[in-house]
Amino acid sequence: MTISYRNWDSDPVLTVEHLTMRFGGLVAVNDLSFSVGRGDITALIGPNGAGKTTVFNCITGFYKPTTGMMSMRPKDGSLHLLERLPDFVVARKAKVARTFQNIRLFSGMTLLENLLVAQHNPLMIASGMTILGVLGIGGYKTHEREAIERASYWLDKIGLMDRADDPAGDLPYGAQRRLEIARAMCTGPDLLCLDEPAAGLNPRESAELNALLLSIRQDDGTSILLIEHDMSVVMGISDHVVVLEYGTKIADGTPTETRNDPRVIAAYLGVDDEEVEEIEQELDETAGSEGGRA
Amino acid sequence: MNSAVKSKDGAGIDFGRALKDGVIIGIVAFALLGPLVGLKTDQNMANELILQNRLGLAAILSAIIGVGRFLLSAFIYPWIAARGRRTKAAVTLAELEARARVTRGLSVTGLIFLFVYPILIISLFGVQGSIKWVDNYGVQILIYVMLGWGLNIVIGLAGLLDLGYVAFYAVGAYSYALLAINFHLSFWVLLPVAGILAAFWGIILGFPVLRLRGDYLAIVTLAFGEIIRLVLINWKDFSGGSAGISSIPKVTMFGIYSFDMNATNSFIKAFHLSPSSAYYKVFLYYLILLLALLTAFITIRLRRLPIGRAWEALREDEVACRSLGINTTNTKLTAFAIGAMFGGFAGSFFAARQGFVSPESFIFMESAVIVAIVVLGGMGSMIGVALAAVAMIGGTELLRELDFLKLVFGKDFNPDQYRMLLFGLAMVIIMVWKPRGFVSARQPTAFLFKRKTVSGDLVKEGHG
Repeated sequence: MTISYRNWDSDPVLTVEHLTMRFGGLVAVNDLSFSVGRGDITALIGPNGAGKTTVFNCITGFYKPTTGMMSMRPKDGSLHLLERLPDFVVARKAKVARTFQNIRLFSGMTLLENLLVAQHNPLMIASGMTILGVLGIGGYKTHEREAIERASYWLDKIGLMDRADDPAGDLPYGAQRRLEIARAMCTGPDLLCLDEPAAGLNPRESAELNALLLSIRQDDGTSILLIEHDMSVVMGISDHVVVLEYGTKIADGTPTETRNDPRVIAAYLGVDDEEVEEIEQELDETAGSEGGRA
Repeated sequence: MNSAVKSKDGAGIDFGRALKDGVIIGIVAFALLGPLVGLKTDQNMANELILQNRLGLAAILSAIIGVGRFLLSAFIYPWIAARGRRTKAAVTLAELEARARVTRGLSVTGLIFLFVYPILIISLFGVQGSIKWVDNYGVQILIYVMLGWGLNIVIGLAGLLDLGYVAFYAVGAYSYALLAINFHLSFWVLLPVAGILAAFWGIILGFPVLRLRGDYLAIVTLAFGEIIRLVLINWKDFSGGSAGISSIPKVTMFGIYSFDMNATNSFIKAFHLSPSSAYYKVFLYYLILLLALLTAFITIRLRRLPIGRAWEALREDEVACRSLGINTTNTKLTAFAIGAMFGGFAGSFFAARQGFVSPESFIFMESAVIVAIVVLGGMGSMIGVALAAVAMIGGTELLRELDFLKLVFGKDFNPDQYRMLLFGLAMVIIMVWKPRGFVSARQPTAFLFKRKTVSGDLVKEGHG
């Protein structure tokens, strides 16, 4: 067995250790440990009900885990223990941004406004905690221009520049998903958590999403953790795959390693051999076509 | 194409079906009314129980019901359906923009009108005759415009249903009344103090309450409003109990002139005017107008600042706000405190204007009226809220003048007693006609290329 270079072990941006989350008698996540490498795209996969979204909610502070430790190391070298922080501090200080499985945009606000709300905290300071802003003193105007600049950079990147002044609720589904990613990125995160970003996208949109995620990693140096069912996304762009089943980790490694892991195949596909072979073949094809595109 | 569909539907009034509806309802009504109205037991002179036959009356009533149902089915329902289709299908961006232009034009002309209103009234009705129009209509409506705009921050922007807003109004009024009487401070000093105290109470209420959402928040704020009122009634040493506080000092003209007739620096003596309270009322009118405009100005500015955007984002989706690093508790608290502050300003003005405050002025009904103004106006819209205040407060004041109804219903008829009934009916009609209030469209707070109005259908109402 060859020992490959594992970025997530040597330079993790997020380390999850012994994370357990119980809801009453139900153990949603059971003693889960994994690392997210800095600059990696990490996929968290597993069958429905495996506890993926629960892990997300724990990382982003929406749930308080029963036990476990999650340490986040943003670029500035600080260390944050996420299980101790309230949700909004996770986003503000620990620099973890997230999107939601069911899109949560501010539908009555324009695209630009959505992206400006995401820059709330720096703008709030720029407006002198509102007091100076109301009086019209201080450099709020310049800061707002910068924020709009940043927003238009992201609008350009997701290809929605021409719809900047339309309400977010008017966008088609795929564009809403992209806007939600852009909004999360406007908070300037070091770790971007995406909950099923490709759900409901057609193959073309799904390919666009892959390109967007790769460019986020490359241009902005943001590490990405994503939950996904779409294997073309998982196998095509991720560097590291963690597989959950019934709240327990059953595999952890590169896409190739996990794809060939018999336990993963069993968890995903049941144990019918014929079917396993069929899907394996399909996965090979997708990986092949992704390779061809690249 | 749209109009073609409409005319086809319009021409296709199904008289046959309407007639059938009418007849069936008539028969059902007769079956019900026959025994209920048609037969009446009574006593004759010999104290014997007799049965009166009034089937004719029952038949007439049933016929009226049948015809009414026929008219409903034939004309009213198709008309409502056609209207519904039209509004659903045809609200294009162009139409929204046109409406927004009308709204903007309305606010400019409205503003000019508000500034010349007292002059206009005095020239029409004379100095003494102007009191009713300036005070009962002008000042009264503007107080509610200001309260509406203050509550608009809490309900319209932040989406928090506050049913106890009158509590902050009361805090403002009692702050002015007590501090002015006990410490002889001027209105101009106490106005900001009253605002700060009201905001302080807003924060005190906000801390425990704002973790609640929706109905629970509404109930707790309602209870808070009642607590303040009950404390004012029962803490007699402090607030004078239900007798209230009287002879509250009037507002002075920035300490230069007084509106007391006997004072040495009396405004009336200084300008050798004939003694009348009308001058004070005009002064009060301009004072509340400026206070209301201050509310509007600050609200408009706040909307364009990050805090205002965060309020609206909170109304749209609280969970998303938290995922973006917004401290939702603080954001809600600021909305509560700033809304309460404007309520406090309005309250201290109210106390100075009345010269008398008692807990009677701060009942739940007041809160309900202010909430109704905000909802009716269209949540978040300044001009809509102002229009709703004019319609609701001006409307109820106008109903006091329905003396001509005495000619119709006879001398014993008291139109005042039907005020609330008519008021409720008007509310129901308006909410059917415009379920999202007079002005439901939203103006974006920032734009890259062009400011486009956002249709009210996309804007969420918040859930507490």
